[in-house]
Amino acid sequence: MILDGKTPSGPISEKWDKHRFDSLKLVNPANKRKYTVIVVGTGLAGASASASLGELGYNVLSFCYQESPRRAHSVGAQGGINAAKNYQNDGDSIYRLFYDTIKGGDFRSREANVYRLAQLSTAIIDICVAQGIPFSREYSGLLANRSFGGTQVSRTFYSRGQTGQQLLLGAYQSMQRQIQEGKVQVFGRREMVDLVLVEGEAKGILVRNLVTGELESYAADSVVLATGGYSTVFNLSTNAIGSNVGAAMRAHKKGAFFANPCYTQIHPTCIPFAGSYQSKLTLMSESLRNDGRVWVPKEKDDNRPPEQIPEQERDYYLERKYPSFGNLAPRDISSRAAKEVCDEGRGVGKTGYAVYLDFEDAFNRFGSRIMEERYGNLFDMYKMITDVDVREEKRMCIYPSPHYTMGGLWVDYNLESNIPGLFVLGEANFSDHGANRLGASALMQGLADGYFIIPYTITNYLARSTPGKVTAENPEFASSKQEVEDRNKKLLSINGSKTAHDFRIELGNVMWDNVGMSRSEQSLKKALESIKKIREEFWNNLNLPGSDQEMNQQLESAWRLSESIDFAFVMVHDALHRDESCGCHFRTEHQTPDGEAKRNDEEFTYVAAWEYRGADSDPVMHKEPLEFEEVELTTRSYK
Amino acid sequence: MEFKLRVWRQRGLEEKGGLKDYQVKDIQPDMSVLEMMDTLNQKLVESGEEPIAFESDCREGICGMCGLVINGVPHGDQPGSTTCELRMRHFKDGQSITIEPFRAKPFRVIKDLIVDRTSLDRMIQAGGYVSVRVGSEPEANTHQVKKPDQEEAMDAATCIGCGACAAACPNGSPMLFVSGKVSHLAKLPQGRPEAARRVQNMLSTMFEEGFGNCSNHYECQAVCPKDIDIKFIARLNREYIKSLAKNEEE
Repeated sequence: MILDGKTPSGPISEKWDKHRFDSLKLVNPANKRKYTVIVVGTGLAGASASASLGELGYNVLSFCYQESPRRAHSVGAQGGINAAKNYQNDGDSIYRLFYDTIKGGDFRSREANVYRLAQLSTAIIDICVAQGIPFSREYSGLLANRSFGGTQVSRTFYSRGQTGQQLLLGAYQSMQRQIQEGKVQVFGRREMVDLVLVEGEAKGILVRNLVTGELESYAADSVVLATGGYSTVFNLSTNAIGSNVGAAMRAHKKGAFFANPCYTQIHPTCIPFAGSYQSKLTLMSESLRNDGRVWVPKEKDDNRPPEQIPEQERDYYLERKYPSFGNLAPRDISSRAAKEVCDEGRGVGKTGYAVYLDFEDAFNRFGSRIMEERYGNLFDMYKMITDVDVREEKRMCIYPSPHYTMGGLWVDYNLESNIPGLFVLGEANFSDHGANRLGASALMQGLADGYFIIPYTITNYLARSTPGKVTAENPEFASSKQEVEDRNKKLLSINGSKTAHDFRIELGNVMWDNVGMSRSEQSLKKALESIKKIREEFWNNLNLPGSDQEMNQQLESAWRLSESIDFAFVMVHDALHRDESCGCHFRTEHQTPDGEAKRNDEEFTYVAAWEYRGADSDPVMHKEPLEFEEVELTTRSYK
Repeated sequence: MEFKLRVWRQRGLEEKGGLKDYQVKDIQPDMSVLEMMDTLNQKLVESGEEPIAFESDCREGICGMCGLVINGVPHGDQPGSTTCELRMRHFKDGQSITIEPFRAKPFRVIKDLIVDRTSLDRMIQAGGYVSVRVGSEPEANTHQVKKPDQEEAMDAATCIGCGACAAACPNGSPMLFVSGKVSHLAKLPQGRPEAARRVQNMLSTMFEEGFGNCSNHYECQAVCPKDIDIKFIARLNREYIKSLAKNEEE
């Protein structure tokens, strides 16, 4: 099947405007209260969607597995949010942000979506400031900016190293206001365990109440998923330990296509892996690369402490290889470069899988006061974890870690999936970042989707449907409940010897070793076999205590992991079929002589959207061709 | 390293709980307290015992979900850290460690170490926001905000809503939490129009939820994982007094 992204016609700068007028229907203000919308997830995309839909007058039912919406993992984003304000007068524009994002994504995203994202970026900053988000400012009292990886302009707005937290609290507070107004209802400690379709359209969800264990049905006129990405398929990542692909996977099993699942971003600046007890890896904001210089010793197995290695024996490999972007080279490129030097045996730290991020020059140039202001909280965090004080040592050890996933459920220009009435926002969808996301663009996309896009596009769907047509009494809910109940019972009756945690580590290792920063046909085929084995063993040898009629965190983990295993299968299929390198998807068979990703535009300029055909069958691919009217496909160069 | 643990176990809401002893071995100094608990749970599951329920998510000190009382101190006695950030190297090898849930009247124990903190959300619902609607936002640089004001607003806004302030307070008062939101918004021009209403409504909700009042014990500041300054409670009080005068004017 050839998928239609429903990109509007006309000049790129007018598409969104024209589309809103020409194609998107409105719902009469008096009728809005008759419609109910389910929003799953309360991160930036989910919370902003709930708030703005509530403000419009719809009834919003919001769900999260955490107790409070404020705890969603957007809260962990540190660095900042991009916007084409051009406050620095350094040559920024909507067009440049658009171009940087398309290029950063290695020409594998949908052009019209990316342009719209760049257009909306400025309004996002406006609404956030109006909400009282304390963005960093200059002494003039005006907003400050910094630069971020993959760009040559300074367009990133930030709140110290806690930008995600502040933006999320802004969206959360707007949402809390709508709760007070009676327009939004929050259901915390609920995990979506199924999507319910009625006559082929998304009309409700089934959730597990994580306190009582009860399965609860909720019906609505439309369902919005904003459930984040799937980095935890690698086990260790910078995501929260609860972040999981379960909700998206349940929608996928109900017919929603999963697009480009092989595009996963490995963030270059994280605290290195230290031991098998570790439950997660901690990100050190990419903003550190503004002032930090990345290096390893020139010689292999050089075990001298860093301060004893003289300048001329250090290899500042990013500056050497990419003179114009230097330490600010995009994430995929920086991560791979780190892996390369460590694989050569030039890595540092306890495991040899780390590189130095050095602040000596920066401390000398700016002094400790300014460094403290910029990075104080990151230095604290680093010390807490590693017991090393960067203020004294002037450097830290970093290594790449899974961080963000560009792939997600397939959506058209309206952010509607191939299931009518199912909308997907934020990291959970696939459309804007192509094969690699630039720093400070995730927050931008989450909020653009929630504040500015979904209010228009969902209205168009609702205007065509009768409100309240489906209730939780519809038989589809009962059958979904039965299915989930059976699955839970099955999980609980295996009585095997390995815990969900054991399987999570096993799957994570397979994915990291074979489908991580670089992939080959051989490693991917090996991964497929290993995943099949893990699935087989999981369903026959799981040790899961307790019952499904109570709070049972082991059951939560096992449920999530079972979906993760099924997802891994689809992801590897995608990576195997994409026989080219692009952005973060690096197939070792396809590289330039100096080791850069080599695209194959002739054969692979399309979105691969996978259809689920059951656990034992291979997924089936559908294509959405990517057409570029505006930009010319070039070889990405950051040299 | 090895430790003797005494951990609060409670089957569910309204049920009687108590401390239970566990012994943990082979603990790495770089493990966080939660990772130590993970290894204990793994052992419990393997030996057919019920694992200990506790909450956490981001495991990097920002989501506010973890929160254990460690040897009598919420988040443990390392200043400026959450439970998930606290490493085992902080303890002496062989030491006894008592682990309990956060306690305050509205924080009901759901299971073991997990408590209900939705009361914190309800205080935000009472007014912890700026009533701006998407679409009505002015251009971002319309209002200048003095850098020191913005910095102070940010100091207050870093609150992660963990509730340690209430758990540490002899009166069970989350006044530091409330003052963080009140001060953050009161310091900024965007927050001024609703400042009076906000402080009054948030405070009355605080009492309705069953929390106590502040009587200057300073325990909250000592345990706050984000080092939020007690001066914000003074600011809250000032905002409150100002709001009463405003009532009379109106």
